[in-house]
Amino acid sequence: MPERTMFTMGDIACAEGALSAGCRYFGGYPITPATEIAEWMAVRMPELSGAYVQYEDEIASITSVIGASWAGIKAMTATSGPGASLMMEAVGLAVMTETPIVIVNIMRGGPSTGQPTRGQQGDVLQAKWGSHGDYQIIALTPASVQEMFDLTVRAFNLSEKYRVPVFLLADEIVGHMREALVIPDEKSLKLVSRKMPKSEPSEYLPFKPDDDLVPPMALLGTKYQFYATGLTHDERGYPTDSDEVQIELVTRLNEKILRHIDEITEVERYFLDDAEIAIVAYGTPARSARRAVKDARAKGIKAGMLRLKTVWPFPEEPIAQLASDVKHIIVPEQNMGQVYYMVRAFAAPTPVHLMTKPAGTPQLPDEILRKIMEVHAK
Amino acid sequence: MTATAEQVTLKHPMAKYIREDRMPWIYCPGCSIGIVTGMITRAIDTLGIDFSKVVVVSGIGCSGRTSGYFKTGTFHTTHGRAIPFATGVKIANPDLELLVVAGDGDLAAIGGNHLIHACRRNIDMTVVCINNFNYGMTGGQFGPTTEHEKWTQTSPAPIGNIEHPFNLVKLAASSGATFVARWTAVQVRRATKSIEKGITKQGLSFIEIVGACPTAYGRMNRLGEGVDMHKHLLEVTDIQNGLPPHEAELDYARRIVCGEFVDIEKPEYTDVLKQMHAKVRK
Ligand SMILES: Cc1ncc(C[n+]2csc(CCOP(=O)(O)OP(=O)(O)O)c2C)c(N)n1
Ligand code: SF4
Ligand SMILES: [Mg+2]
Repeated sequence: MPERTMFTMGDIACAEGALSAGCRYFGGYPITPATEIAEWMAVRMPELSGAYVQYEDEIASITSVIGASWAGIKAMTATSGPGASLMMEAVGLAVMTETPIVIVNIMRGGPSTGQPTRGQQGDVLQAKWGSHGDYQIIALTPASVQEMFDLTVRAFNLSEKYRVPVFLLADEIVGHMREALVIPDEKSLKLVSRKMPKSEPSEYLPFKPDDDLVPPMALLGTKYQFYATGLTHDERGYPTDSDEVQIELVTRLNEKILRHIDEITEVERYFLDDAEIAIVAYGTPARSARRAVKDARAKGIKAGMLRLKTVWPFPEEPIAQLASDVKHIIVPEQNMGQVYYMVRAFAAPTPVHLMTKPAGTPQLPDEILRKIMEVHAK
Repeated sequence: MTATAEQVTLKHPMAKYIREDRMPWIYCPGCSIGIVTGMITRAIDTLGIDFSKVVVVSGIGCSGRTSGYFKTGTFHTTHGRAIPFATGVKIANPDLELLVVAGDGDLAAIGGNHLIHACRRNIDMTVVCINNFNYGMTGGQFGPTTEHEKWTQTSPAPIGNIEHPFNLVKLAASSGATFVARWTAVQVRRATKSIEKGITKQGLSFIEIVGACPTAYGRMNRLGEGVDMHKHLLEVTDIQNGLPPHEAELDYARRIVCGEFVDIEKPEYTDVLKQMHAKVRK
């Protein structure tokens, strides 16, 4: 399809991004504020001979998505806090079996049922630490309707490339805001698909990695026979109690992301060249911060912003660099402080100031400006 | 003793379906799970279907280890989630034959919701449930099929289990499964036939195999060794093919009603999906 423009909401842009990325399977359970993704998929999937499947819960949804991926179809699910919590065990299964899937979390107010129709950024640490065991995750954080599309495409590409579950973490405001969306010509989109094995079926080792630490992935129902399990397994896929294999596997699962951190993490630099005070933000607060930086500049304060488009793996290097360039860092988050602790870890000894707001109304530009002025006066 | 040439070439006729390099398997002596694995290989062999198009999925538990021994595309999901995984595979590639093998705990406790909804959807797959009346893998605790007052690690003597069990045949039938059967591990030929029918059936087939877990359930309830437990199953089996499913009683000590209870035709999920796609394209 040629390039087209829509005036639409973030959730729908996300669904369109998935479809443009080649997603043809959506498994989900309705939940505010992610429901529009499911509703859009229910309309669009049949047009593309794809499947919209509504399950009995989020556990079934995500597990079926893992199944669809092993049958060779790009697949995703979309949810919000309560559903994300239910999905956590299966996130670990996707990590351990190296299954490319995309999980969208349109974050709402929590804990528990919280404020279903109000936005928050309370699930950022959950995305990284929510499932048990030691693993890395990729999580992308869009801040506009266009990015809901672009980063969903990117989420699929990264999941396919590294054979990992990838989160799209958007707050409700980004999910529900309406803006112009340009859907590029489908030929201009760069799409990535997982590596398939080239070896003879008799020689295929399903979990033997290539040099990039990612093993080629055979599909179910092909001439390749294999056993994929959430148990610790060797290169043949066979379960084992061995310390050696456990250490090797867990190390590789972590390293295959960490070794490619520069390629995975994306940040946007805004007025940072001569900045003395930097905002580090993602999602909706970054939109307020953009305005606050302009207003601060108008007052002669050298402010700037580093906007995170990827929160996991954490962009350590850009933060460390920023910390050596500026005098102060301010982190406004729509939560009690989550990314803040990561920023602090890599910014030391540069002071990092947290602005918390665990509420549906994000930090407004004026509030951030006041904080910039307060820090500037120090 | 040195092996003779003849002994070396002797091979189990079903070995071609099994990952021999994973033998010996983890099952205890006297356990029914190996028998059920054998039933499945024989059903596949008789049907003569392309084994590479068969996908075996299981959850967690002793029964849940079954998938790992089949030499085809196999997947070991999280506890209780074999059916949703298999559903995703089937919808993504309806040409594949999906076999789910798991335990009573996996399919009727933690995965119970998925079982009833898969029956309701009538998605084409064959679910083989190995009912050994307890959670064998974790050492023998009571579960959704443990009978009243039976002893387990978490329902110890003198009280025993204060709950009452599901009758899985009734559960699957009333949830909408299009083929429902029950056998014990000793009716190998009949059970194998039902598994064949289940695989051939375009819809959700649920086959319960009542089995023995001598190590945990048998020991705690003084039911004897594996052989004794299987002998008992033979004695109490009451074959009643075609009986209405709501009459398919299971009373371990006295009478286990076995047979094929449901065999009906209903639109299958992936077929309907295909028709709907054609409708949209028009
Ligand atoms: C989420 C979760 N909870 C608990 C367990 C522990 N667990 C492993 S197997 C099992 C019970 C299996 O029972 P059943 O399905 O009847 O299989 P059996 O071992 O009896 O064949 C349990 C509770 C687990 N693996 N995952
Ligand atoms: S514990 Fe019970 S179910 Fe598990 S292998 Fe042993 S006998 Fe079989
Ligand atoms: Mg059991």
